[in-house]
Amino acid sequence: MVEVHLWSALRRFADGRETVEVEASTVGQMLDALKRDYPGLAAPIDAGVSVSVDGRIIASDLTEPVAPESEVYLMQRLRGG
Amino acid sequence: MALDDRKSQFLYVGTTPDRPDGLDKVTGRAKFGADAYAPGMLHGAILRSPHAHARIKRIDTSRAEALKDVKAIVTRADFADVPFAPGLEGEFWNVLENVMAGDTALYDGHAIAAVAATSALAARDALKLIDVRYEELPHVTDVDEAMKEGAPVIREGAADYSVPEGMHPNVVRYHESGHGDVEAGFAEADLVIEDHFVTEATHQGYIEPHACLATLGGDGKGELWCCTQGHWIVQKTCAALLGIETSQLRVTASEIGGGFGGKTTVFIEPVALALSRKANRPVKIVMSRNEVFRATGPTASASMDVKIGMKKDGTITAAEGVFRLQGGAFPGAPGDMTAMCAFAPYNLTNVRQVGYDVMTNRPKQAAYRAPGSPMAAFATESVIDELCKQLGLDPIEVRLKNASHEGTKASYGPRFERIGLVETLEAAKAHPHYSAPLKPGQGRGISCGFWFNHGGETSVSLSLSEDGTVQLAVGTPDIGGSRASMALMAAEVLGVPYENIRVTIADTATLGYNDVSHGSRVTYASGLATIKAAEDAVQRLCARAAAKWGIPEDAVKWENGCAVPSGPNAGEFDPLPLAEITATMGQTGGPISGHYEATPEGAGVSFATHIVDAEVDRETGKTKVVRYTVVQDAGKAIHPTYVEGQFQGGAAQGIGWALNEEYIYNDSGRLENPLFLDYRIPVASDLPMIDTVIVEVPNPGHPYGVRGVGETSICPPLAAIANAVSAAAEVRMRRLPMSPPRVLSALKSDG
Repeated sequence: MVEVHLWSALRRFADGRETVEVEASTVGQMLDALKRDYPGLAAPIDAGVSVSVDGRIIASDLTEPVAPESEVYLMQRLRGG
Repeated sequence: MALDDRKSQFLYVGTTPDRPDGLDKVTGRAKFGADAYAPGMLHGAILRSPHAHARIKRIDTSRAEALKDVKAIVTRADFADVPFAPGLEGEFWNVLENVMAGDTALYDGHAIAAVAATSALAARDALKLIDVRYEELPHVTDVDEAMKEGAPVIREGAADYSVPEGMHPNVVRYHESGHGDVEAGFAEADLVIEDHFVTEATHQGYIEPHACLATLGGDGKGELWCCTQGHWIVQKTCAALLGIETSQLRVTASEIGGGFGGKTTVFIEPVALALSRKANRPVKIVMSRNEVFRATGPTASASMDVKIGMKKDGTITAAEGVFRLQGGAFPGAPGDMTAMCAFAPYNLTNVRQVGYDVMTNRPKQAAYRAPGSPMAAFATESVIDELCKQLGLDPIEVRLKNASHEGTKASYGPRFERIGLVETLEAAKAHPHYSAPLKPGQGRGISCGFWFNHGGETSVSLSLSEDGTVQLAVGTPDIGGSRASMALMAAEVLGVPYENIRVTIADTATLGYNDVSHGSRVTYASGLATIKAAEDAVQRLCARAAAKWGIPEDAVKWENGCAVPSGPNAGEFDPLPLAEITATMGQTGGPISGHYEATPEGAGVSFATHIVDAEVDRETGKTKVVRYTVVQDAGKAIHPTYVEGQFQGGAAQGIGWALNEEYIYNDSGRLENPLFLDYRIPVASDLPMIDTVIVEVPNPGHPYGVRGVGETSICPPLAAIANAVSAAAEVRMRRLPMSPPRVLSALKSDG
């Protein structure tokens, strides 16, 4: 299982929890599992999120691997100038 | 992406050759947006709302249509008629609504209708004959006013999932993050300071106005030449708005006279295409400066509250911030980014940040270098400065004591990889500027700044010519000398001189998709792709040598521009130079090219520390920046001169933002200063020589260690300058810009 940290404003969509656990080996599988297990997270994920895996920020590549020991954070989608 | 081939010794990277487009630029040969012409070309002009908020009751174009020089007029109906358009949603819908108003004009300058005529003058004259009947509506342009109960609602239902119930409909996005217990942290502090800060909207101020030349036929095939930071996003957006297939619209990026984030979307391009489709002739549109100010994206303005607790030894015990940003009449103000950047430089046990994205009757904001981060730093770093002052602590030592480093849990959540903030602070502390004596009436300010940086979708293609020279096609418009950096990285891999490599910004028909030149991503992502494409070509070159020598491909390696046996067991062969392999490539297997397509995801965050000396004329309120030093982590500077240019450019724009630039709206919601005469960007005499120190803490996510440098340089200036001016004026400056009237007022009111 991968432990996923949620930013504060997302926790109300996951029964108030700061972290949730899902079965996944890639970023894409992780996001799909989050949407399946916590339907309230579908809107923020569909609106676009970045994912931090062990401090490396994944902006869009769903094939990036995640592992049970990975530190994983959902983040707001990053935008630049 | 595993990067096991990290390189630290370089032959070409780190040198500073002239930029390949230099001669074109200084001789006027370079073609910018307005430099394109086509047979039978018409000129477009756009009618804009004079009202901040008004219902459009009726548009009568009949008198304008009667003019013989007028060949087409379009309104929103010419977009809505397209079968695809009614399905538009999300940001595409927002962009369509912005480039041509629907039933309501949402800000002063909002496009209402457009004309294509045989001359620019005739087009502008025809605009005067279009009759629009408006019903004026109440308006709001201030972020705090827009959030209040009873404020005019810009658009019902624009808020998304993130906004908690009970907020004003103008609040359309909400962000909250952090960790620890801020109240407990504040209780531990010896001193807690809470303050309120305000910044005004500023424009990116690029010198080249938006310009384009569009052709779109009844067959759905089109050509578009335009000034943009990213022509694939132009292609995708215009295709959606016009209801045509993406691949049938070929977009070519012109040279670009500045963008800074403001040219990452479309404004006139869909309008020119719609006019062309209706007139069946090419249509050129060139914005005036007035239009650029009124109808293209300035940055967001901000209202912010920051509270920080500190112990007497300088340890920060807790930090909390509320950041309210207005982004005009559409969602998109970077309240979330502002909040996430605000405390990122610091290793905090207790931190909480809240961001609001608020709509007002202003033009749709666009990105501007590290969107949100400069305002956040202004608030946060001002409070830290005041804490240092009141506790009698050295501002750099305090920042060093609390600085984020590898393994720190960032204020926005995850732990940092290898980062270089401490190195920038140490370099600033050691710089002669920091210990130089100040003259009476002068003050010194320090600030750190943070930005995420970005990777993004990237395609690069490299082909070799028979004479051994190299053509490199990239898809990211060159907004800061990136062609030179790409050539240096290709030269490093191939082992051929920099001058032998011609770098071209390919159009959308000749290369795979590329994200916009934004997020400080070009040297990182296009650079990484260039290295990989060159390595792909090297592999093919080695294969040709192996075939010639009759040895296995893995027995050949590439060294100093030549194929050589990889070791003594591979056999004895003279080095085979690149040009000798390419001279016969047609007879040894065909043309040799290399390419790479990926979405690199290791951009690596970036930090900077700025030192500023300023003096204030207490009689007039005029502020002068007398010395400025930028210290920033570049990871690895590919072309150090252009890295310094980015550092200096960020500081120069920051000086403008801090001291003079602002959007001024009158009571009617009309922009009062849409000209450079009244909107004052810095000129040469406003700027000192901006000193630079390049710190190189390699980014683990790039083969050469590159971190983007284009945006972080504008993160610290607002705060560093405000801290310097506050020290010089002996009064805390809480509102930008610190224009002479504001400074005088602060001096009189003691803050």
